[in-house]
Parts: sequence; structure tokens; C-alpha cells
Amino acid sequence: MNRYMFWLIEWFYGEVLAIPGRVIALAFFILLFLVGVVTKNPYLLDTLIITFIFSIYAASWDVLAGFTGQINLGHAFFFGVAAYVDALLNIHLGLPPLVTIPLGSIGAVLVGLIMALPALRLRGVYLSLVTLGFPIILTGIILVFAEFTGGEFGLSGISSLSSSKLFDYYIMLAVMLVSFLIMFKFTSVESKIIRVGVILRAIFEDEITARSSGINTTRYKVLSFAVSAAFAGIAGSLYAHTIRIVGPSTLELLFSFQALIWTIFGGMGTIYGPVAGVFILYPLTEFLGVYGATENFRIIVLTLTMIVIVLFMPEGLTIWVRDKIEIKCSRCKVGNIITRECCRVCCAPLHLGKRK
Amino acid sequence: MLEMIIINGLVLGGIYALLAVGFSLAFGVARILNMGHTAFYMITAFIVYIAHRWLTVPLLPAVCFSILITGILGMGCYQLLFDRVKEHETAIVIISIALAMLFQEILLLIFGGHHRGIPPFLSGFATIAGINITYQHLLTIGVTFFTLGGVWLLLAKTKLGLSIRAISQDREIANLMGLDVARICKITIGISTCLAGVASVMIAPIFMVHPLMWVSPLIITLAAVVLGGLGSIKGGAIGAFILGFAETTVVFIIPAASFLRGAISISVMILVLLFRPQGLFGIIFEEELL
Repeated sequence: MNRYMFWLIEWFYGEVLAIPGRVIALAFFILLFLVGVVTKNPYLLDTLIITFIFSIYAASWDVLAGFTGQINLGHAFFFGVAAYVDALLNIHLGLPPLVTIPLGSIGAVLVGLIMALPALRLRGVYLSLVTLGFPIILTGIILVFAEFTGGEFGLSGISSLSSSKLFDYYIMLAVMLVSFLIMFKFTSVESKIIRVGVILRAIFEDEITARSSGINTTRYKVLSFAVSAAFAGIAGSLYAHTIRIVGPSTLELLFSFQALIWTIFGGMGTIYGPVAGVFILYPLTEFLGVYGATENFRIIVLTLTMIVIVLFMPEGLTIWVRDKIEIKCSRCKVGNIITRECCRVCCAPLHLGKRK
Repeated sequence: MLEMIIINGLVLGGIYALLAVGFSLAFGVARILNMGHTAFYMITAFIVYIAHRWLTVPLLPAVCFSILITGILGMGCYQLLFDRVKEHETAIVIISIALAMLFQEILLLIFGGHHRGIPPFLSGFATIAGINITYQHLLTIGVTFFTLGGVWLLLAKTKLGLSIRAISQDREIANLMGLDVARICKITIGISTCLAGVASVMIAPIFMVHPLMWVSPLIITLAAVVLGGLGSIKGGAIGAFILGFAETTVVFIIPAASFLRGAISISVMILVLLFRPQGLFGIIFEEELL
């Protein structure tokens, strides 16, 4: 027992505290955990719950776009389909959230596979513009079959997740943590558990070369579509049970663009980037509203921030910050804090050839 | 019925064609996927509205002035924003969406969400083959075809057109041959936004002016451009007419399906792309085939 404890503490010091990015992530989650303990303010908790949901949604966009290079401009399709499936099952069949959330997610995966059909034949901008179309088609269908789908006003009367807001908060926090962990491991190039990340990276860099080295690129592209859809679906289902009303606004063009905005603001091709993007931008726009700013003014501030960020840090905020505080050892590819002179694992000098 | 479909299809198709040609020019020459292309279309309509209703400028000078302003605004946006992030394709998409939303919100702040009208250039109607067609519709069709012809003449017959085509084929070589690529890209963006402006002033008296008017033409423009083949100007125009007619026909035959207008264009686009992944007139390189 003692030996394991010792090993754990050793690991914590060596692998977590040594890298500032991991310390920030840890501090961030501890902070989120403490929020529920310290405050019972329903407005704050509500805002944070929505932020969690949107961060899962934005991160799931990043799985597809940042790692396989398939820019999906209709990501709200997965979110909306899951929300509608969830709402219909919950209202008409009276199924509890524990059943409807996985079913909503499965629904999103199925439509994701349908969307992957044209997507496999196309690439680049063509793919983006085709994916853009799917939520618009669905919106049209929803408005035509208004008596079944609620039309413009949407479906209301969905049961809430649990009776207490605080309990909701912790469920969401847990779901978000687990989703991030899975998505991060799924896409991570260095992961030893799931070896998909490195293949996705290969497809991203050069699909033809990846194919000629014997990778079935089609299979992996479909897989990333399905994973992305599944998590967007989870986000959509949770959203349905939180807001308790699902309308065509979940399929809007601007909502699809929101995923891009958050992700590119935070940094594409990382899972933590979109999370940081949502956690900075969404509460910012919400709290501006508290201080008397109107919806218009909020969006104006948001768009101006975005333009400035994209102009000065086109790689995204987190990547810009990461490059300022971390450095990768050029020999053993292990992350180090920028202040170190030599690598913490192999002792190779870190700042070779860089002017002090 | 058939005559109405033809007239309305020509009007809508012409407007979409102007937008699609502008979009294709910006993408093919300056390599800018301008998702806010139709925001310039919206801005022109509002400038006409301000100039005509608030400053009581006569309609014709107001229209010329607003198209000019839109072109200058487009060039300014290119110089200040797009030119700086040219290497990052996603950054351009983001900036153009952000810009469109910014314009939309500023206009919402000033004007609110009301629908506003601009008086038609010509009142009255003609009776052709037993149906009444307003002069405004005829004028719109005439001006669109005139403008499309003008763009074709510009690209095919002038020196500027030659350099635009050269740059769209190969930037580096064009640069080596002594063309000022940055300047011509800027001019192209100016032309592209001016085309959006022309489309706007022609359609504004028929439809309404409001701050969300850029969303639905954007979708159809994108669909038309992809349908015709990205970067192919002829393809974009033909795709726009196909979608314009498809939309009008469906709305005339099943009036209840007017919600499906966007959906129909998109479905046509997806169907074509399933069988011809490069669009109708696009070119696909051997190494890009999947």
C-alpha cells in the first residue's frame, strides 16, 4: 500500500506539477469542483452548466476538424438531432434521462454516419459546404411537420435531469470530465491506450501518404465522424434536459459557427483549446448581460474580440500561451516548463540555438 | 403559372448568379472563402435606405453611391483583415463570419429588427403573354444579365481580366511575370463586393430590407458555387440559375413547402456532389481524387 502511495506521489510531482499546462488544468477542475461547494447561486450554476455543455460540443467539433482536417460547418446537426430525439422520446414515451441521453447520442451517431456518406467522397471546402447543408434540410423538415415536432416554437415539457440544481451541476461536471478524457485520449498522438490519435494525425498531414502506408483512411474518417457526433449528441441531450425546451434554434447556422468560433479562439487541434474558448467567451458574453449590456452589444463585443484574437494569434489562444510557458524537448519529445535549462527526462539542453 | 415560374426564376437566379460570381472571384483569385460575402449585399441595401430615406438623396445617385461605398468597404476589409491571415484558411473563415455578424448586430442596434422597404426604380407593369410583370422585375433581369455580361467582358477582353485569370491559375508564376498580385487581389475583392452590391440594389425593392437578410442568400450562394464547381465563374453562375429555378418551381407548385426553399437547394447540391464530387464545371486533380 505504502509503495503505491509513494509511486502515486512521485508520479504527481514528476508528471503533473512539472508541466504548467497540467497544473493549470488541475487547478481549473478543482476550482470548478469548489464552485458547487461554495456557492448556491442558481444563476451562476446555470451559466456554468450551459458552459459545460457547450464545451463538450466545441471539443467534439475539434475531434473532427482539428485532428482529421474535415471542417464540419454543420456541427449543430448532431447537437440538434440528439436534442430532438431526446425530447421526442422523453415527451411521447416518458423515458427517463438515463435512457434518453444515450439514445440521443446514438441518434446523433447514426445521422453522423449518413453525413459521412457524401463526406467520404469530398474533401476540403466541398466537404465543409456540404456539411453546412444538413442542419438546414432538417430545419425545413421540422418546420413542415410542425404538429409532430413543435414547429418554430419547439418541444417543451422535457423532464429535468434531477430535482436539485447542485446535483445537476455535479453530474454535468463528471460527464464533462469523462468526455474530455475520452476525447483527449482518442486524439492524443502520445496516448499508449488508444492508438487512433497518431493515425488521425497522419491522415490530417497527408491522406495519400497515409493510405499508401496501409492505413484504411476511410474507416478512420468514419470513426472520427462517429466519435465527434457521439459527443455532440451527448451535449445536445444534456442541453435538452437542462433548458427543457428544444426548438429549431439548436440547428441554426450561427450555432454551428459558434463551435468554430470557440475552437479557433481557443486553439484548434487540441482538446483543451475549445474548452478554454468556451469557458472564456460564453461566461464573458453572459456576464456582460448582467451589467445591462443588450444582446446586440454582447455579440458586438464577442465578434470584435474574435477578430482581434484571430488577427494576432491565428493559432488560437491556448497554443499561444502554451508556447510561452512550455517547451518540448527536441530529443525525447517530453514537455518541459520554459524556465528549465535542460530536459527533465533526458537532460538534453532545451534552448539550443535560441537567442536569450 | 409557367410564365411566372420563368420570370421569378430568372430574377432569383440572376441575383444568386451575381452573388455566386462575386464569391467565386474572391475564392478563385484572392483565395478567400468569404462567408460574409452576403453581408456586403445587406450593407448596400441599408446604405441605399439611409441615403434615400434619411438624407433624401434621389434613388439613382443613392444606388451608385452605395455600390461604390460597398466596394471600398470590401477593399478596406481585405487590406485590414483578410490580407493579414492569408496563410490560415480557417482564420479567414472565422474573420469573415465574425465580420458578417458584426455588421448584422450594428445594423440591428441602429435599425432594430423591422422590415423596411425601398421604393421601386420603375413603377407600373407590362402585360406579356397574358401575365402582368412589374417593370422592376424586368429591370432586375436586364441589369443582372448586363452586369454578368460586363464581368465576362472584363475577364475575357481586358488587361485587368487577363491578370486576374493569370493569378487565379498560378499566383507565384503570375508574380514572377511582374504582376502586382496584392493589388490585383484587392481590386478583385472590390469587384466581388460591388457585384454583391448590384444584386442587393436590384432585389431590395422586390424583397424587404432587414438585418438578417444575409443568411438565406449566403446558403444558396454557397450551394450554387459548390454545385457549379468552386473557383469556376461560369459554373457558379449556371449553378445559381439552376437553384433559382428549382426554388421558384417548388414554391409555386407546393406553396406549403416554402420552408423547404433552402433545403431544396442544398439537396440538389448534395445529389450532384454525390455523383460529381468536383461540381458541374470544377476541375479535380488526379492526386486529389479519393
